[in-house]
Amino acid sequence: MVAAFDEMNGFGGEVRAPYRALAEWLGVQHLDTLRQKSAEAEVLFRRSGITFAVYGAEEAGERLIPFDILPRIISAEEWRRLELGIEQRVRSLNAFLYDIYHRQEILKAGKIPEELITQNSAFLPEMIGVDPPRGVYSHIIGVDLVRTGENDFMVLEDNTRTPSGVSYMLENRETMMHLFPDLFSRNRVRPVENYPDALLKTLESVAPGNLDAEPTIALLTPGVYNSAYFEHSFLADQMGVELVESTDLVVIDGLLRMKTTEGLKRVDVLYRRVDDDFLDPLVFDPTSLLGVPGIFDVYRSGRVTIVNAPGAGIADDKAIYSYIPAIIEFYTGKSPILANVETYNCREPASLKYVLEHLPELVIKEVHGSGGYGMLVGPKSTKEQIEAFRAKLIANPTNYIAQPTLSLSTCPTLADSSVAPRHLDLRPFVLIGDQVRLMPGGLTRVALKKGSLVVNSSQGGGTKDTWVLQE
Amino acid sequence: MLGRTANDLYWLSRYIERAENIARLLEVGYRIVLLPREGEGFHEEWRSTLESAGCVQGYVQRHGELISQNVIDYMLFDTSNPSSIASCLANARRNGRAQRTALTREMWESLNSSWLEFSAIRPATVTSNSLPELLDWVRSRSALYRGALLNTILRNDTYYFSQVGTFIERADSTARILDVKYYHLLPSSEMVGSEKDNYQWAALLRSVSAHRSYRWVFKDHYRPLKIADFMILNRQMPRSLRSCYDELTLALRDLAVFYGARHDCQMTAEATRDLLLEADMRNIFQSGLHEFVQDFIGRNNKLGNEISSAYHFSD
Repeated sequence: MVAAFDEMNGFGGEVRAPYRALAEWLGVQHLDTLRQKSAEAEVLFRRSGITFAVYGAEEAGERLIPFDILPRIISAEEWRRLELGIEQRVRSLNAFLYDIYHRQEILKAGKIPEELITQNSAFLPEMIGVDPPRGVYSHIIGVDLVRTGENDFMVLEDNTRTPSGVSYMLENRETMMHLFPDLFSRNRVRPVENYPDALLKTLESVAPGNLDAEPTIALLTPGVYNSAYFEHSFLADQMGVELVESTDLVVIDGLLRMKTTEGLKRVDVLYRRVDDDFLDPLVFDPTSLLGVPGIFDVYRSGRVTIVNAPGAGIADDKAIYSYIPAIIEFYTGKSPILANVETYNCREPASLKYVLEHLPELVIKEVHGSGGYGMLVGPKSTKEQIEAFRAKLIANPTNYIAQPTLSLSTCPTLADSSVAPRHLDLRPFVLIGDQVRLMPGGLTRVALKKGSLVVNSSQGGGTKDTWVLQE
Repeated sequence: MLGRTANDLYWLSRYIERAENIARLLEVGYRIVLLPREGEGFHEEWRSTLESAGCVQGYVQRHGELISQNVIDYMLFDTSNPSSIASCLANARRNGRAQRTALTREMWESLNSSWLEFSAIRPATVTSNSLPELLDWVRSRSALYRGALLNTILRNDTYYFSQVGTFIERADSTARILDVKYYHLLPSSEMVGSEKDNYQWAALLRSVSAHRSYRWVFKDHYRPLKIADFMILNRQMPRSLRSCYDELTLALRDLAVFYGARHDCQMTAEATRDLLLEADMRNIFQSGLHEFVQDFIGRNNKLGNEISSAYHFSD
């Protein structure tokens, strides 16, 4: 495999412009000082409570997602292009969702095989004809980007359901500003700290119409044992809204209400961090204890806004992914600004044949998998692993997609013995309401193991602060 | 505020207060057990300690005979005992974690580190020599949490429910101690006035951390009537029933102002406070100290229930 593009050094040679100040600074740092700062960062994270992200049965299995102190930097010019591409993409995804749950023009035009939608468990027929405020289905989207060269940013995945990780974006920045104030004086880094405020504005902007007062907003969490509970409580706290569990909510007289110390209070906008399946036991999974019976009826009647809308997951389904460029063209009339990663849908016989012939070169993913589980990274797998996967693939080809193994860009990272390049990706967070709000930054995930391409925290990945530079 | 949040804050404060009270009770019980005695006197002592903590039934079911080491283990580490210090700290932290958004960082950190440090102790390493130190530590952790609460929390319903929980629990604790040990304070014992009685009186005051302040207030030897007065009616003593109800009526009045509505619980608290305000210790002794204390415990429980239903703790 060719050497990967390095965010700091490109393909070798001169330090790239956005990294000059950092490289200069890094040149005069002692490794011991960096290690000490890294240890300080860990203390700060433990104190802030972000360490309580993951819980075992005994409450003791609390884990800290490793944080790397060397930032990932994006120039103003690079960001401008990403911004345009992301906005185009998220508007198209919402247009697609509106269409899919209304006239289904895109199916009639034959741009997507109909059964890919109608047979898809992420497609909710109950949503047909429902009109969410401002026509927005997916209000909070995390767009996973990878980079392979100077101008080669690609979208690896869209997260249109309940993307997580934004609390890390915010805490990483807080920690960096605390540890390296001098670095911020040498670089003009755009702030991200107004995310909670932007989120609140977005949620308010999609409240049901005809409210007598300011909308009441609540954040619904599955509860304290959920792995993202820290983020749920963090965001509720930062926005100053109630963090509710399903038992705090009840539907009475056609309205969603929460049980407060002063009796029942109407909820107008529910930012839910539970999956569609669990939302309403009367409509979806009847065994769910995480949902609120009757909430879907309230939603259909337009008296509460659910964020993101039920059924929004059809837009980030891996089987739909390869059609996103066609989706963008269909709804905007323009070609996509950000490219997709080439993708083989194994449900198509020709693609399956190609994939089976090239398994050692490809990355194979389950259509409904996430978190880096259930995937095969061909070049990093043994013969036995590949053959075992081949059998699974042949048995159920519609369950898989395949992509070429990308040479993800690398960035200098504090490794055990030195500062060394490690592969990474980027998840910017976009808010869609009365306008599209994109935070200048995002969550950079980094594979801490040498040579590893898997950045998921469940697979040994860490995070970095992400700097977008001012013009 | 969610009813569940109010409930969790209320109980969080109760657990922290309870851990402290249990530590104090164990300290006193242990001191008395160390006294030279004839026969099986220490059994009685542990029994009354367990009774004051409301744990006697649970203990007997689990261990049967009263043995110092078992009592200490049951009250410190046994998580099957809902009032053990281990249970109190774990429950306090669980409630705090569920209401992370309602707590300040200082409050959360004190809860979290108390629980982590206590969980790291291996029960087998706690000897009679290290016990006092450990009990001191429990009290200081409770003080740390209260300090963080008082210094950092907004004066709104979060604060008021925390105060209410603390003082309901404290009133209950002081009243239970009196309920179990009232007979040491009866006039008949003053007549006898043996060395052992003297020690018991001191122990009573110690169990509410008042053996020194008693002298400052009364400038006198320990006398049953004054001890009872100090623990029940005295306005200055921070663990007296009167003090607890001064704080309770204040917090409940603030809640009523905050929400713009009064409930039964405000009236109940004020009625009990007025009773303590107007009562005279001699009259109480005449009509029966034990009956008075039992009546108080009933009132205090009733108040807890009224608060729970007025503010929708669970519905």
